Formats: sequence, C-alpha cells, structure tokens
Amino acid sequence: MEKIFFRTESLYDVPTHYCPGCGHGIAHRLVAEVVDELGIRGKTIGIAPVGCAVVAYDYWNFDCSEAAHGRALAVATAIKRVHPQKIVFTYQGDGDLAAIGTNETIHAANRGENLTVVFINNAVYGMTGGQMAPTTLLGQKTATCIQGRQKEKHGYPLKISEMLALLPGVTYVERVSLQSPQEVLKAKRAIKQAFENQINNLGFSLVEVLSPCPTYWSQSPKEALDWIRDVMQKEFPLGRIK
Amino acid sequence: MEKKKILISGNEAIAEGAIQAGCTFYAGYPITPQNELIVYMAKHMPEKGIFIQAESEPAAINMVYGASAAGVRSMTSSSSPGISLMQEGISYIAGSQLPAVIVNIMRGGPGLGNIAPAQSDYFQATRGGGHGDYHLIVLAPASVQEAYELTQTSFDLADKYRIPVMILGDGILGQMMEPVRLSTKKIKANTFKDWALTGCQGRKPNIVKSFFLREGALEEFNLGLQKNYEIIRKKEERYEGLFLSEAKVILVAYGTMARIAKSVVSQLRGAGKKVGLIRPISLWPFPQKPFDLKNKKIKYLVVEMSYGQMLEDVKLAVCGRQRIEFLGRSGGGVPSQEEMINKIKQIL
Repeated sequence: MEKIFFRTESLYDVPTHYCPGCGHGIAHRLVAEVVDELGIRGKTIGIAPVGCAVVAYDYWNFDCSEAAHGRALAVATAIKRVHPQKIVFTYQGDGDLAAIGTNETIHAANRGENLTVVFINNAVYGMTGGQMAPTTLLGQKTATCIQGRQKEKHGYPLKISEMLALLPGVTYVERVSLQSPQEVLKAKRAIKQAFENQINNLGFSLVEVLSPCPTYWSQSPKEALDWIRDVMQKEFPLGRIK
Repeated sequence: MEKKKILISGNEAIAEGAIQAGCTFYAGYPITPQNELIVYMAKHMPEKGIFIQAESEPAAINMVYGASAAGVRSMTSSSSPGISLMQEGISYIAGSQLPAVIVNIMRGGPGLGNIAPAQSDYFQATRGGGHGDYHLIVLAPASVQEAYELTQTSFDLADKYRIPVMILGDGILGQMMEPVRLSTKKIKANTFKDWALTGCQGRKPNIVKSFFLREGALEEFNLGLQKNYEIIRKKEERYEGLFLSEAKVILVAYGTMARIAKSVVSQLRGAGKKVGLIRPISLWPFPQKPFDLKNKKIKYLVVEMSYGQMLEDVKLAVCGRQRIEFLGRSGGGVPSQEEMINKIKQIL
C-alpha cells in the first residue's frame, strides 16, 4: 500500500503539556509540517518564547534557543546575521511580542530583518494564570482586570500587526485563526508563506494566529473556538494586512 | 616583523583587542564614557564581522546571547546604567553557559549619576549582578596596553569555560590615550562549538536554554556551574604584587586607582618608607594568594573610587590576620596621591 501520510519529522512523537483545547498543539504542528514540506529541518533554528510554549524546543526536532521574555527578536536578529543561510524564526505569545518585547519587535521589524515570526494571540497570559494581555478585548475578564478590560483604565486591545505593517521594512503580515479546520488550513498556508519569504530573502514576515485558551477564557474547548469566530475575529479581523 | 605601535584610547584599544581576538559580532548602544568603543566597532567590525547598533542595552545583550548561541565570539560594551539594563541578559548568558565578553566602562552613580569615572560597580560585577547563583570572570586592566591584551584573554577564557567575562574599566581608562604595541599575530580563528545553533543537518538538534523544570534538574545543573567556578577559582587568579615581602603598609587598588597607588609607592619608597602594592587584575576570582602574608604587623590600605566594595573581598582574603584601612571617594571623585600619602602617614 502506498504511504500517503507520515509522522511529521520536525515534531517529536511525545505528548505535550498543553491544556485540552489549547491552540499551541495545532500551531506547533503547522510550523513543523511547513518546515518538513520546505525541506529545511536541517537548517532551521527556532526561538521559543516565555509563556506556555516555553518548552516548544521539547516538541520540535530542530535546533532551538530559549530567549528571555520578549527578547526573542533580538536573539533571532543576531542568529540570522551570523548565519544568513539558515532559516530563523520566533514563536511568541501576546505578552512576549506585544508587551515586554514591543521594543525588540518594532526594531527588528523596522530593520527589515529577514525573519519569520509566528505570533500566537490568545488575548490572555496563560502560563502565569490568566492575567490581562495587550490584546485582551474590551469587556473581557481576566485575573488582573476582574471587571473586564476598560478603555479608561487599560486602554484598547493592541493591534500590533497593523502597527508593524506601517513599517517599510516589513514585507508580509497576515492574521489567521485556528477556529475551524478550514481556518487551520489557511493558517498553515500563511505560515508557509512566511517561511518561504525568508528562503527567498524577501524580508520580515509575521503571521498572527488567533488561538484558543479555554482554561483562561473560562470556556469549553468548543465554546472557545466559537468565541474566536464570533467575538475575537470582530476585533482582530482575519486576512492579509500587508 | 616590528610590532606596530599606535596612540589609542582605552575604549578603542579594547575594541581593537576584541577584533584581534577573532570577535566577529558586536552589538551595543551609545553611552558615555565608552562611545569611542562602539564608534570604533562601527568603523572596523564590518570588515570581518557583524556590527549592530541596537535599540537599547537589553536588545544589545540579547543579540550577544544570540550570536554566542550561534557559535561566534561576541561582545557588547556599556557603562554603569547600561550594564544595569543588561543584567537579565547576562544572567541568561551565564545560565545558558554561553561565552561572551561584556565591557563596563564605569561612571558615577547611582541612577543617572554623571559621566566621570568611578569604581562603584564592583559589587555588581563580582556578585553576579543579575539574578541567580552565577559568576562572571571579571578582569580589571590598569593601562591601555593591558586593556588591549586582557580583552583578547577574555575571549579565550569565555570559550574555555563557557562563561561570560567582564572587562571592568572606568571613564579615565576608557578615554585616556596611551601608546599600544599591537599584536603581529594573525587574527584568531573562531573555535568550533559542538553545542552551537547552526542547523541540525547531520546531527541531533541542539538546544540553548537555562530552563530546567523537572524536579531536581536545576539543582543538578547549578552544581555543575559551581564545579566550573571552583576550577576557575583555582586556575584563573590574576594579580600584580609589588614589594610585598618587606612592606609595612600595602596598598590594595585596581584599575586606574592602582596607577595612582603605584606613584604613591614610588614616592614613599624613595623616602625610605616600606610600602607595597597588591593590584588585583582578576576581581573574580579575587586573588587570595597575595594576601597569604604571615607578618601580623602589616597594615593594608584599600583605595577605591567607591565607598568600599573591593574592601569586602580584601577583608575576606585577609580573614582578620592583619588590620585593614580604607580610603574611598565616589560620585566622580578620585582619591589623589596626597590624600593617599596622608592616610598612609596616619597608619604608619
């Protein structure tokens, strides 16, 4: 019988620690499949975030580095400059990329570093117990905005992807979601595009992935997926931003 | 071939020394009084390596982390407030067992302070600086020539022990100009690191991290770090001792203060006074050997551009055997020859 589907080589055959219904498992897999399909496992270097995915390097079968919270794009800048022929990507959450790491994010983008960024936006800080993130929606309740995010106290959810799209050094920005099989396939296509851009030296490419966090949204996995479709995507519209 | 001799500032000598040592990555941020270093690097590093003016000191130190993880000799430089910003990154570099060279050209503090020289970051440099049980090797040059040479040594030590190494200077050393004999050797080639991130083609993947969550794993890792530090303590003490066997008063000073102390030693010995000097060159590991003196009547005078930081290490090394006096000024003040001589006269 012809073998038409294989274990993803870039993904270790181990159980992950993620919550039931978490988007990280899917997102890790999409990255791994893209790396395999592009045949770049031997020259890929991934930078893991601080957050639930801090141990992403335990799941990916290629060279990986840790980075201090928010600093992944500074680390990635250096690795890519030292090894321009390798494929260097960061995988970061909303706190990592758009709170503590905002400076490193904006300046790596502004320098037009030839990097791929997978930005996992789940509108909350999962690892530390569900605190407010820069992308938490108005009215969304979290551990540090118990009555819900209020614009007077907390400002608005940060549209970092739209902001980065303003920079001439940024080549490609697309927002996708994991809320249905169709959207997952679109997410994979976008991630693949972001990696292909780097292979072709086209410049800074970022994919924002709206991802479920049932635990800290206080929802079931199914409710969480629906919430992305019905609420989150209204605030964070899907599609190509740049 | 005759060695080329040039007139150069301490900051530039450090940069040139790094390039000579095969450093091929520099990331930094301007801050007085070390701006000459980053500017020299901007001019000369791109010939064979990578130069980045980062957006901040935290970005710079994390770029050094990345370059080092990628397997090349990498360096950053800053001054006191910027070094404070780098502490998180330095802790990560130490915890990930990455080699790196960090230069601190000290200025007055705390806070914004001023741009005059100081030695007020000794604690920060020698007591880890950032969070966790770790150490940097800390080297303190006292001349521009020594700054040029110690910078090269620092890259060798960093690679050998997989540890960050700090060159601790001050605003005087950084900006003064002295003749330097340049090396005639070829620029050092990078050493191969089998743990570096170069893409896993043909081998198992490498991971660079400092995170050990499994029960007992971090303690085990830390014990390994401590073992490494023990080896370094045994092998890498560096100091200069002058006239120690006959001295009644021994000055203890490092860096720029040691230069002034040397003038004091000369002057007083010319007048028949038995004065000596211990000049620690490695501040971590702090040299124990020169302080193993039996004569209980010796008095030490520790002189610093601080209010008593190296003083604590001297106390530990002397361990109560002899009396220790202290003279210090900070905030940009520099203890003068006269002040030192007066203090010694009081002690004698």
